[in-house]
Amino acid sequence: MFWEADRECMDREELEQLQFERLQSTLNRIYSHVPFYRKKFDSLGILPEDIGSLTDFSRLPFTAKEDLRESYPYGFFAVPLREVVRIHASSGTTGASTVVGYTRNDVRIWSNLTARILTMGGVTKDDVVQIAFGYGLFTGGFGLHYGAERIGASVIPASSGNTLRQIKIMKDFKTTALIATPSYAMLVAETIREEGIPLAALSLKYGLFGAEPWSERTRREIQENLGIIATDNYGLSEIIGPGVSGECREQDGLHINEDHFLVEVVDPETLRPMPEGETGELVITSLTKEAFPMIRYRTRDLTSMLPGHCPCGRTLRRMARVRGRTDDMLIIKGVNVFPSQIESLLFEIEGTEPHYQIVIERKGALDDVTVLVEVGETIFFDQMRRQRDMMEHIRKRLAQELGISVEVKLVEKKTIARTEGKAQRVIDKRTM
Amino acid sequence: MLRIKNLEAGYGPLKVLRKVSLHIDPGEIVTVIGANGAGKTTLLKTVSGLLASWGGEIFFEKKTIRKVPAERIVSLGCSLVPEGRQLFAPMTVRENLILGACVQYRRRRHEEVDEDMERVFGLFPRLKEREAQLAGTLSGGEQQMLAIGRALLSRPRMLLLDEPSMGLAPRMVREIFTHIVHLRREFGLTILLVEQNARGALAIADRGYVLETGRMVLQGPSEELLLNKNVQRAYLGWSSEESA
Repeated sequence: MFWEADRECMDREELEQLQFERLQSTLNRIYSHVPFYRKKFDSLGILPEDIGSLTDFSRLPFTAKEDLRESYPYGFFAVPLREVVRIHASSGTTGASTVVGYTRNDVRIWSNLTARILTMGGVTKDDVVQIAFGYGLFTGGFGLHYGAERIGASVIPASSGNTLRQIKIMKDFKTTALIATPSYAMLVAETIREEGIPLAALSLKYGLFGAEPWSERTRREIQENLGIIATDNYGLSEIIGPGVSGECREQDGLHINEDHFLVEVVDPETLRPMPEGETGELVITSLTKEAFPMIRYRTRDLTSMLPGHCPCGRTLRRMARVRGRTDDMLIIKGVNVFPSQIESLLFEIEGTEPHYQIVIERKGALDDVTVLVEVGETIFFDQMRRQRDMMEHIRKRLAQELGISVEVKLVEKKTIARTEGKAQRVIDKRTM
Repeated sequence: MLRIKNLEAGYGPLKVLRKVSLHIDPGEIVTVIGANGAGKTTLLKTVSGLLASWGGEIFFEKKTIRKVPAERIVSLGCSLVPEGRQLFAPMTVRENLILGACVQYRRRRHEEVDEDMERVFGLFPRLKEREAQLAGTLSGGEQQMLAIGRALLSRPRMLLLDEPSMGLAPRMVREIFTHIVHLRREFGLTILLVEQNARGALAIADRGYVLETGRMVLQGPSEELLLNKNVQRAYLGWSSEESA
């Protein structure tokens, strides 16, 4: 199922022509309308017309989150405020928020792109879509709402929070598709089980999850516990919100809406392009945004471009699921560690629950890391030896994988706080 | 059908087109809108080979036509309807049409010319009525029809139209735009339409480009360009209050 087959399955050569045309007009617009870019281009001695191909494009400067912060709130807007019909702010996962704007056309395009993503995940006009993303400054709720409406689905703007009410709505309104963060989907699944609600009482078929990294194991858990097909989707407010990329039913990488976004994967240190298949920082250039165009925005998200063609028929290239963020990277005892590494390892170990937290403290001059892992009831009580074995096993595996020794603590189910938004996986108590 | 990348052209020391890129798929009507002096006519002249380009690429049906002489481009299937019609005023309507068929005559397809002439008369019955009249005595709208008819006689697959609505009365402008839509439907033509009348052009085009001082600053489906405040202000003559 395609939403815009002519675009999603476009001939690559035609796509590149389109991307280039759109890039040229974006560059012409930002050079005359965004002082930051004009200054930056002038200082590098570049004119928009110097960019004669998609490969020349690597001569353009990057845009960093700090640049956006310095221009708070409206410095990056390329149109006067009276042409802006919507203002959102980044969810501020890390640091201060960034203000982004949309013209009428931006909202239109946004809706279309999220409609593509929803269609990829299985949503049709016959679905009842429950959106459990926050509606507000966060782009997740509104972005997918518009797409679902564009498709013609029946949209329930449930917003986030109040899990029992969400489940009641799900049951009574016969929700067929759930839109949320993966960690919230886990919480919903857990609550359903605790309340003793049989899956048969629900009509759920699809789940589209995003806004935070999640593992294959989490996907399997969600799919089994909710009886749905769960797909990942990706986006960020600075670029547009949800709608940048999404998984099709092959569940093997996220198709990027390349007719609207130009993507690169670079080494976060050297900023050189990474070869296909290798992990680096995702860098995105918007090709059609009117109010808030971005040139080579460093997303801080870590992913890789997947080689090969997708059996679904789309020619849009795929990115791997986001592994983490460059700024999630923990430096523990001098070693670079990503929480996602710990996560995928934990999930391979039988008996653990998909909830964990990494606590880092400084003891004297040394970093001290404790990984809290929830375990199922089956092994928790009165089995001191099994517990000890398990802790030892996890400790060894982590030491092998990460090259550092960490403390492991097993905790009872539901000890680790559940969130309705993005999960907090790392608690860093070191004073920097 | 037509693919242009980084086209540069101008006159003497004056660079007019600054790396213009655009594409048209078969069967599309695409418009380029822009103010006087933006480079619209220069673009069409360069594509049709009347003006030498300084750089860039032009592909017509995947073959490069940059540096191909104008008359070859016509025989490849891409015809220009020039700005200001450029008819032969002291010649009759029929004679002007026959001149458009010179490519066909060279191909020794004389019977087809008669057929094509009938098709043009079918599209523009007014030209049939004035077949023997001198082109210089026609009204502006009729002259435009004749200029289009003349281009059709070369049996093009693509038509480049340079400001067909210029200098016409509003009623005639509407009529000409309606004819352009017919050209696609009945002759299967792909059309690149350059216009100052942005509203009229966007109403019939699938997509559009906005050319400003030789640079493309915007492109997209017509309905998106119509929603763009810059386009509204600069080319549709709305103030932002009216359009809100």
